[in-house]
Amino acid sequence: MAGLMAGFGNFTHAVVRGIPVSLAKEALRGKESEVDVAKARREHEAYVEVLRMRLGLEVVELPADESLPDCVFVEDAAVVCGDTALITRPGAESRRKETEAMKCALKELDLNIVEMTDETATLDGGDVLFTGREFFVGLSKRTNQRGAEILADAFKDYAVSTVPVLEGLHLKSFCSMGGPGLIVIGSSEPAQKALKTMQQMSDHRYDKLTVPDDLAANCIYMNLPNKGHVLLHCTADEFPESVKVLHSLLKPCRNHLVLLNRGLGQLVNHSLCCIFLNKRSRGLA
Amino acid sequence: MTTEAGTETEVKEKSEESAAQPDQSEKATEENQEVASAENVATEGEEKKEKDKEGKGISRFLPPWLKKQKSQSQVPGKETSPTKEAPRTQEAVAKVTEEEEGPAPAVNGHPEEVEEKEEVKLEQKRESPSKASADTQPAKEEKVEESAEKAPEEAKSTAEGEGAEEEKKEQKGEVEGEGEGETLTSIFQSPLRLVRKAKMKLVVCHVTLLDGTEFPCEVEKRAKGQYLFFKVCEHLNLLEKDYFGLTYKDNHEQRCWLDPTKEIKRQIRSNNWQFAFNVKFYPPDPSLLTEDITRYLLCLQLREDVASGRLPCSFVTHALLGSYTLQAELGDYEPEQPRPLDYISQLTFAPNQNKEMEEKILELYMSHRGMTPAQADSQFLENAKKLSMYGVDLHHAKDSEGVDIMLGVCANGLLVYKDRLRINRFAWPKILKISYKRNNFYIKIRPGEAEQFESTVGFKLPNHRSAKRLWKVCVENHSFFRLNTPEPPTKARFLTLGSKFRYSGRTQTQTRQASSLIDRPAPTFERTSSKRISRSLDGAPVISITEAGRDLASSAENGREPNLELPSDSKVQEVELSLGDVEATPTQSHGPTEPVLSQSPLRVHGDNIYVRHSNLMLEDHDKTQEEVLKHQASISQLKRSFMEAPPPSPPQPNQWEKRLTSSPATTLRIQQQQQQVVSVAQTEAAAADNTNSDTKEPGKTTEVEIEETVVIQEVSKATKPGHVTVTMAPPVTPPVQQEVREQEVKAAEEAVALEEAKAGKQESISSESESEEEAEYHPNVAASISHTQIPEEKEEEIEEEKREEDMKVENSYSTPDAASLPTVASQSAEAAAAEAEESRREEERGKKERAEEEERAEERETEESTEDPMVTPDETPNGHTLSEEGTAALVALAEEEKEPKMNGETSLAEAEPRPQVICCSEPPVVKTEMVTISDTFAAQKTEIATKEVPIVHTETKTITYEAAQLDGSADGEPGVLMTAQTITSESLCTTTTTHITKTLKGGLSETRIEKRIVITGDADIDHDQALAQAIKEAKEQHPDMSVTRVVVHKETELAEEED
Repeated sequence: MAGLMAGFGNFTHAVVRGIPVSLAKEALRGKESEVDVAKARREHEAYVEVLRMRLGLEVVELPADESLPDCVFVEDAAVVCGDTALITRPGAESRRKETEAMKCALKELDLNIVEMTDETATLDGGDVLFTGREFFVGLSKRTNQRGAEILADAFKDYAVSTVPVLEGLHLKSFCSMGGPGLIVIGSSEPAQKALKTMQQMSDHRYDKLTVPDDLAANCIYMNLPNKGHVLLHCTADEFPESVKVLHSLLKPCRNHLVLLNRGLGQLVNHSLCCIFLNKRSRGLA
Repeated sequence: MTTEAGTETEVKEKSEESAAQPDQSEKATEENQEVASAENVATEGEEKKEKDKEGKGISRFLPPWLKKQKSQSQVPGKETSPTKEAPRTQEAVAKVTEEEEGPAPAVNGHPEEVEEKEEVKLEQKRESPSKASADTQPAKEEKVEESAEKAPEEAKSTAEGEGAEEEKKEQKGEVEGEGEGETLTSIFQSPLRLVRKAKMKLVVCHVTLLDGTEFPCEVEKRAKGQYLFFKVCEHLNLLEKDYFGLTYKDNHEQRCWLDPTKEIKRQIRSNNWQFAFNVKFYPPDPSLLTEDITRYLLCLQLREDVASGRLPCSFVTHALLGSYTLQAELGDYEPEQPRPLDYISQLTFAPNQNKEMEEKILELYMSHRGMTPAQADSQFLENAKKLSMYGVDLHHAKDSEGVDIMLGVCANGLLVYKDRLRINRFAWPKILKISYKRNNFYIKIRPGEAEQFESTVGFKLPNHRSAKRLWKVCVENHSFFRLNTPEPPTKARFLTLGSKFRYSGRTQTQTRQASSLIDRPAPTFERTSSKRISRSLDGAPVISITEAGRDLASSAENGREPNLELPSDSKVQEVELSLGDVEATPTQSHGPTEPVLSQSPLRVHGDNIYVRHSNLMLEDHDKTQEEVLKHQASISQLKRSFMEAPPPSPPQPNQWEKRLTSSPATTLRIQQQQQQVVSVAQTEAAAADNTNSDTKEPGKTTEVEIEETVVIQEVSKATKPGHVTVTMAPPVTPPVQQEVREQEVKAAEEAVALEEAKAGKQESISSESESEEEAEYHPNVAASISHTQIPEEKEEEIEEEKREEDMKVENSYSTPDAASLPTVASQSAEAAAAEAEESRREEERGKKERAEEEERAEERETEESTEDPMVTPDETPNGHTLSEEGTAALVALAEEEKEPKMNGETSLAEAEPRPQVICCSEPPVVKTEMVTISDTFAAQKTEIATKEVPIVHTETKTITYEAAQLDGSADGEPGVLMTAQTITSESLCTTTTTHITKTLKGGLSETRIEKRIVITGDADIDHDQALAQAIKEAKEQHPDMSVTRVVVHKETELAEEED
């Protein structure tokens, strides 16, 4: 019966999905940049390896689907909290089918599946920030109010606040949890504005860690039984300044994991490629 | 007629929320009114008789013009009102008024006036008991109170009347009221004790406890909520009782918290003595509670909250909480127990409980083996407290765009939900003020780092009752969780308008301290769930609407509320109409209601008050707040100084002020008053009478809705050489308390204005103007010195001065003294200036004092002030007094704002001529034109106390129009106020009050006519047009006169503005 925050970041499983060749040409992306699929796959493999071997997570790997170029970004397909998994309805029409495989996988993990059947609702998992105590849902191009409402309905224990995402694709394009009660936030104006909104909306106090690069603010925090605090973050190659900041403030954490996934480039954030869950958790967080 | 019109309009307004049935509602309203009026008459009849007798007896020995005075003066003395000490001048005034009334009995207005007076008295009596110990009160008072009580009920019923049902209720009420009236009469002469014995009826209250059992408790019929609550806690063996409270269902099936400081009977309205014991403040950390029994009771509440869906939680949480419940109530799981699931399924754990959940509950329950009941409760609480909706009291509302939202009040602040999503949050420290007006609920937000202005956020509640309920919950939650000690009730400090409601219990801090001292062996108690099983869900403590039940609740509310609203609106409109109709419309029906209202402030607020605003000041003070406080303090001091300073002529409070101050009048009442006043004005003397009566009564809450007030000052030309010594008009006869109130009110108004100004960028201007408004009042001065050219800065100073002057002037006008004191030269600039100087000095002193005071009570004051502002508007209607006070307040505010400049300003102001620019802020002050009248002396003798027409301010926006001043000739030369007349005429939406002041100068007489035009209407009114029209009319009426000043005081309802 650990306290709310005590269980935060404690995962047992991770769900990932392979990279289809179609990612290179057909995937949705903000910038037009060529993606080296082979390199991306190498990076992704390394990533999965870290999850499995170094972190000891049980990794469920879904096969890539060529008809779903963005299927590698599994984070958008579902939101898992506690023993409930909300299967989303991605804002991009082309990605709606990504949820099918995800639903099956999560069902097999014995999670309570909640589906978003409302035709008017859209929600990308990338817009959902779970702080351990509450949800923030970014209202973006991909996520609308109705989607947020359904999420709130699925996770009744928690407050669900909406945060306008004015720039960037997702809420988590510029922020994430860097630890219990610690929000890592990009330094751009939209990011800072969103942070202010979140701080105002919350009954809880969060520390913040501002990194120079918005994309570097996307990290994955874990608190693993045998590993202690783990933070997956970008590489120093990508965002050297941001990594400095991350390292300086994360000294208390025992383990820092730096993942090299350059191959995915700026298309991919770490959290996007993975859904984490803890099968052993129960109750509130 | 008026009524109908009002109703219709109301209906229109509320049509949005509910499809109203105008016809029925109208009918109901009318009937109610009739009934009420009848009752009033009956109740008041006795008192009247007495008064008459007295008057007659005394009158024999006095000259005719004195007779009436005396009679009146005596009456007041009897009544024990604080005001009674008022100087003789008041009496004189009273005389005047009486005389006026006497002669013109036939006038429609008169009867009403009489009633009003009586009512006022009643109110006074009522209030006085509250201040003093009730025990000491004479039988009379009790009687009055009783009648008053009944009356309010009726009034309420009328207000809320829902078609035929309501009517029936009312009829019943009437019958009862009559019966009581009889008893009262019989009791009337007997001492209190007798009365008490007779009244010592016992009533059995049925209190539903958290475990579902019912606790019958016998209480005295007039017992306060506290008594019953303590009885229940005693029964429960509960020491940490501050987290709990009793609820009852009002006539609209809404759960309300029983106010411990008020009589139960007055709160429940119906004869349904059913209550529920519930958690009122959910401790954020239940582990900090001292006793297990407290935690147990909290668990019971939460179990019900969870089971009813009021506290939403996930499947897993439902199961977990259920398992702890079983562990606490049953102890360890016993494997031998047959078919545990059957048992579990009999219990209600969740709104959507199913087999799967029960199995999960059982599974978890089995894992709790070894856990003691207390531990299980603690675990239950540890999980429950994390739920996002834990301790959140939800209220349906609409945002400014009409979107359905929910407002959640909790320990941390105010949460805004749309559907299930939190869309905004206002932590207590972020909130500067909380207020409500009608069905609007406002919070003023502290400006953020990057923001310059405070902003006000408004929400629409289904009706005014729900708005008030929400407001009260906010006040209580803030007090409980954020304050170290509860704020003292407003009463203690001053008489203030608006809701005096404050959290009266201990704060969390205090209760923790107290509970840390608990030294007793843990009481044994039995945990049982059997009762809970069968328990119905209606026990829900808070009115909060469950999300699940939202639809139902909303629909229900809609059905009921619309009706309610309609009536209320109709009332308002009626009031307004009455104002306009002054002569024609008798307020008879209103009369009865008013007294009632006065008796129970709460009720009044809920039902009748439209303008009410109560403010919750947070601990943090903004500069603004401080300023406000300072203003208030300064104002109060100023008033005091005024009071003290000018001994010669007792200042007379405006009728309105008095009324307002004295009686927590409802809008209706105010309206009535206004009407009466108008009639009086016509009669000339009558107004004075009213004033007197009003003065006697300390009105606490008056709420008048005047949305827009246009004050047009017409300044006549040269004053005559004769010096008019300005009597220290400021010295207001009414007791200091009243003044204080007024001051507060004004201050509050000012504060509001300031706030508004800040909130709205436009407003910033308005705020200034408001301050100026006071200044405006100096019509006289302006006329004489008239110079618009003074730089703005100076203007402000000047304005301040003007304000003071105005106040003085107003006082002089208002003061019946005029009659007794021939010397009042209201409009002479010099006199005004002199007064202004004096006032300044006084103010300065006051400032010092203020500072001290401020320090002490900054928070309180701020809060009060905030509240007051809302109230103020109502009071404002009083007219002169209000205006005076208001002006004073304004001045004070201005001073405060520019404190550093103050000294210089004052001097400057004195030296400089007064600017003609007039800003009318709060009290609708009418500017007077000087018209020369040949018979000066006669006029002096005739002294007519001018009463200003009560103008109600809701919100204050002051728009200043500069009128070209015609004659500077009078500069510096004070004129003598020969006569002042108040003439009121009405048009549909406008009430016009005209003051005519005659000044003798040398051989010339000047006549100033001040016209105050009150235009009531929706925000849509084109002020400029209204103003233009008013000026045009004024010119037409007095072709030989020139318009020297135009002051526009715009009072808009916050809600409307925001909307």
